[in-house]
Amino acid sequence: MKFQAAKVFKGLSMALLSTSMLVSLAGCGSSSAEQTSAPQNGTAAAPKTVELLNVSYDPTRELYQDFNNSFATYWKGKTGQEVKVKQSHGGSGKQSRSVIDGLEADIVTLALAYDIDAIAGKDLITKDWQKSLPDNSSPYTSTIVFLVHKGNPKGIKNWDDLVKPGISVITPNPKTSGGARWNYLAAWGYALKQHNGDQAKAKEFVTQLLKNVPVLDSGARGATTTFVERGIGDVLLAWENEAFLAVNELGKDKFEIVVPSVSILAEPPVAVVDKVADKHGTREVAKAYLEYLYTDEGQEIAAKHYFRPRSPKVVEKYANQFPQVELFTIDEVFGGWQKAQKEHFADGGVFDQIYKPQ
Amino acid sequence: MPDLHVVPSQATSPRAIVGQTEAPWIRWLLITVALGFLGLVLIVPLAAVFTEAFAKGWELYLAALVEEEAWSAIKLTLLIASITVPLNLIFGVAAAWAIAKFQFAGKNLLVTLIDLPFAVSPVISGLIFVLLFGAQGVFAPVLEAYDIQIVYAWPGILLATLFVTFPFVARELIPVMQAQGTEEEEAAISLGASGWQTFWRVTLPNIKWGLLYGVILCNARAMGEFGAVSVVSGHIRGETNTIPLHVEILYNEYNFVAAFAVASLLAVLALFTLVIKSIVEWKSGEHRG
Amino acid sequence: MGNRLRQRSVLPGFGLSMGYTLLYLSFIVLIPLSLLFIKSASLSWSAFWQTVTDARVLASYQLTFTASITAASVNAVFGLLVAWVLVRYDFPGKRVVDGLVDLPFALPTAVAGIALTAVYAPNGWIGQYLEPLGIKVAFTPLGIMIALTFIGLPFVVRTIQPVLQDLDKQYEEAAATLGASRWQTFVRVILPPIVPAMFTGFALAFARALGEYGSVVFIAGNMPMKTEITPLLIITKLEQYDYAGATAIAAVVLVASFFMLLVINLLQYKTSRRHMPG
Repeated sequence: MKFQAAKVFKGLSMALLSTSMLVSLAGCGSSSAEQTSAPQNGTAAAPKTVELLNVSYDPTRELYQDFNNSFATYWKGKTGQEVKVKQSHGGSGKQSRSVIDGLEADIVTLALAYDIDAIAGKDLITKDWQKSLPDNSSPYTSTIVFLVHKGNPKGIKNWDDLVKPGISVITPNPKTSGGARWNYLAAWGYALKQHNGDQAKAKEFVTQLLKNVPVLDSGARGATTTFVERGIGDVLLAWENEAFLAVNELGKDKFEIVVPSVSILAEPPVAVVDKVADKHGTREVAKAYLEYLYTDEGQEIAAKHYFRPRSPKVVEKYANQFPQVELFTIDEVFGGWQKAQKEHFADGGVFDQIYKPQ
Repeated sequence: MPDLHVVPSQATSPRAIVGQTEAPWIRWLLITVALGFLGLVLIVPLAAVFTEAFAKGWELYLAALVEEEAWSAIKLTLLIASITVPLNLIFGVAAAWAIAKFQFAGKNLLVTLIDLPFAVSPVISGLIFVLLFGAQGVFAPVLEAYDIQIVYAWPGILLATLFVTFPFVARELIPVMQAQGTEEEEAAISLGASGWQTFWRVTLPNIKWGLLYGVILCNARAMGEFGAVSVVSGHIRGETNTIPLHVEILYNEYNFVAAFAVASLLAVLALFTLVIKSIVEWKSGEHRG
Repeated sequence: MGNRLRQRSVLPGFGLSMGYTLLYLSFIVLIPLSLLFIKSASLSWSAFWQTVTDARVLASYQLTFTASITAASVNAVFGLLVAWVLVRYDFPGKRVVDGLVDLPFALPTAVAGIALTAVYAPNGWIGQYLEPLGIKVAFTPLGIMIALTFIGLPFVVRTIQPVLQDLDKQYEEAAATLGASRWQTFVRVILPPIVPAMFTGFALAFARALGEYGSVVFIAGNMPMKTEITPLLIITKLEQYDYAGATAIAAVVLVASFFMLLVINLLQYKTSRRHMPG
């Protein structure tokens, strides 16, 4: 055994040699990667072209594709500088974790303030980021609506219809999906309004609603598939913009959107990631990028992609597209995301207590 | 066992001696059961993928494949696979040699450690590299000082892929080498061959099937891995998206046809290994003849 | 025994191959994995215990381990059959089928999950015929098992195939000339050298099934206490930015699977030694 150990040692040292060669090879690789990103760092000196990385959530690809083109034209006209915006899309919570762990985003445009708060919690963004832009730093909004089969065979008109026996409701798991948290809170807020702020009644209502949920998909897209492709459920709870997408892409003749009387104002927020923007020297253009979202051009692009605009002028123009609905905010009803998350969705929270599959 | 060589001439004709193979009805029964099983768990789901991909015709299918972002995803995937497979191949051969040809204490422990990456949930496989090389990770100060990006760039994707495909070649080779024993190599050495000569001339031809399957599996998984890569990729379009990530994003954008089209491309890439296998079969048949 | 050891050591390259193996293993697997334990150690002991023994987590362990063992067993049996048919028989389309076996690895797991759900959902290609029989597949533990069988199949087929291909037919022929029936030949002559490879395939398919996430979440339905797999709970923790909790559960699963794999590998080793030539 002893002599074998000596052999192993000899082998180890040889292997070390070969691996160190490998590592130096890999080193070459990463240094060349650095070189390609060098112009990014040097923008302050020679601002000819500038690159931004916008880390966003899932269904905003087409929105930002259009918006980035529009912004590039605007910025070129204003400063003569070429701007190239790279996009990253994924689940909102996961994207936020990536930024915390070192994905060098100049801008984040996520689904919920809670996820940007988490980045701010690591000092990458100023703590009061939500005040740095108008309207809670949410240039466009959405709300939760119902997607039903064409002709609405079960006659679903409002939240009350969802708790009726025999109605099957599809919504993803709020513990893994940001969108599902909006669904849950929308139902809760509606019940509070119906029962004059009685939390116990609201809890009962949501418990009843969850009893009608046969499948909990892990994400919004999975839930849409379950409803649309698998033919499971009578109604799908979804963001308005996603419901529009689903109807357009998957069949105008098969589905229709029902807007309830009351729903939640979903505010997908945006922010400059201060620490990264300062490192890249891109703060100015990043800030302009977000401000451009609030201009009429930006608002119009958002409306075209089924997000509700903020600008009154654009709202009026797209009044036909977005039906009137009474909207409440998460701050009014739940005291903000931090509180709602902790009370309802943390392990052992209200959702865990009331959700029991049959 | 030279006395067994009495019957070798019949080895080539399958139905030489009664009892040497199965009755035709058993044969067909076995084939039917095997194909039935494959049909239920493998072929029907695959057919579903291709049906979706072609749901709106060839034009849309092809359009999805020539898109710029799809191309950059394909290039990245091929790059990652082309580094991963050789590295894990060298490791696999070394590990199998040490484990199958020698006796030492703790052998089973070592084999089990090699198996471990399979048992790790893909998300965790990615997460451990984020915990090492991420901005909050163990090596963050060093990486920041030299401005080296590992996670959310291709080196991170490479590491995660190396991790998830780590056991394939080794685990394919170990049972094959064990079944083969060591007599032939010992004979070669005692006849004066050097270690490398023995390996190239004696061992390698004996293990070629195991080696081939190991490479095929490793390659297929390296190209198809989603979970682990998705954690370390950062999903930057046109930069750090691999084919599976691109598929996921297309799917999430309700771009069903494109998603399945790109996914079916992966299936086609995997079928290429079939061609390689046929070539090896053909060549080895030539040698034998 | 001593004789064998001396014979073995005639071969060169132990030091180099072993050294490289240990080094590469440490860099790619052991050091990164140790982070799991370091990170979960940031929890206090009681918090750790509470996290990993929560009722939902326990239910998920049970589901994950049972489904994984079932799927790996199904694969061990049918994988042997498939490998046998592919190596020994000729039939039309054999090459295509042979190539298809690897596809569960190449397909992104999410695509696999979506495809399987499309097939086995109540309105799916196969699901619609099972529904009237009272068999529900999608959104039940049965669906999870099918997904895990799908992703584990290549392991068993591809570990048995090379051994079967290299198997010397002389032994079978000898057995046949000595008057053994085909079944006797199979059980006494063919099976023994294949059993170690079967164990390997089983171990790998089982290990892979334990960690699988992407394909399962689509077909599982993810109902707490019923069809919620452990990897999903890990993701749930991560969504709450609870890295310590996520790594704690992952570490428990890792340790458990390590010991189970160790036992399987010991069995594999025993069976392979018994039938080693010489």
